[in-house]
Amino acid sequence: MNCIIIDDEATARAIIGQLCSNVDSLVVLEEFPNAMQAIKYLNQNEIDLIFLDIHMPDFTGFDFIETLKNPPKIILTTSDPNFAIQAFEYDCIVDYLVKPITPERFKKAIQKAEATPSKSSKSSASASEKVESTSGNDLYVNIDRRLIKIDIPSIYLVEAKGDYIHVKTEDKNYTVHSTLKKIADKLPNDLFLKVHRSYIINVDKIIDIEDNSVLIKKDVIPVSRSNRPELMKRLNLL
Amino acid sequence: MSYIQSMSGGDNAFEQKLITIIKAEFPEEKKVYYNNLEAKNYKLTAENVHKLKHKISILGLEKSYETAVAFENNLLEGSTTLQDEFESILRIMTNYLQQL
Repeated sequence: MNCIIIDDEATARAIIGQLCSNVDSLVVLEEFPNAMQAIKYLNQNEIDLIFLDIHMPDFTGFDFIETLKNPPKIILTTSDPNFAIQAFEYDCIVDYLVKPITPERFKKAIQKAEATPSKSSKSSASASEKVESTSGNDLYVNIDRRLIKIDIPSIYLVEAKGDYIHVKTEDKNYTVHSTLKKIADKLPNDLFLKVHRSYIINVDKIIDIEDNSVLIKKDVIPVSRSNRPELMKRLNLL
Repeated sequence: MSYIQSMSGGDNAFEQKLITIIKAEFPEEKKVYYNNLEAKNYKLTAENVHKLKHKISILGLEKSYETAVAFENNLLEGSTTLQDEFESILRIMTNYLQQL
């Protein structure tokens, strides 16, 4: 992935550059101390990934994203954990790294970025089915033109987010250009249940249920009123 | 230094490069901080503290980092309550960087 680094702090740029140099799939093309210079560069160059600081004088990271018509994948880098919720509002943001960034956390962010479809594959493959097919206990998903096999029982959660779904499994998470309805058709009804317009859960993986939410792994998932009776029916209640 | 070593992966050249960058950048950030504080421009001072926080954490001054977070919040509310504590951290950093 071709990437650029935008951070007004030279120390931060050096650290991110060093972390990138340890990942074979990353090529840092440029570094910018402010967003304005980066905008000029992006008008003339195609980039797969941006490491973007939020706190910059005059023009914040979020201001910068708003200026981009087709933003590439973005990993936010900040010393402030308080913007995580706002970050979720942007589909282009694939991860949120709090400084000081550790090599382990950085690698995870790159894995997430690699698993997220790029803009170009999104537009070129828009007519094709992204949740391809099932075979026994497996589900094949199309990510960056590769068919990746997912073990269905290992899926514990599917979340719809815009034009994408996040498929969470015991080992790994996948972001797929598809809809909740398409994946629902491929998942066995006895194991999976839609509990909310944005969520399908693996009923076997429920840890507990409280009022209008279920706890699955570490995710608290809302249960809509209309789906609650079906959920309760599926439980082996004492 | 443990953070710098952990992320350099034993690359001494990178460690030296990073220390050089910090040594060059820190006095500038400190200067801007004092100027903004003197002008009582607390919002900008909070931004300066925010930037300095990163260097505090890189140098592994965990307790000082908490003080910096609290001071940044102070400044955003127009207060300078933790100014003395924060400036004592800046002095510690200055001395430490001089020894590197």
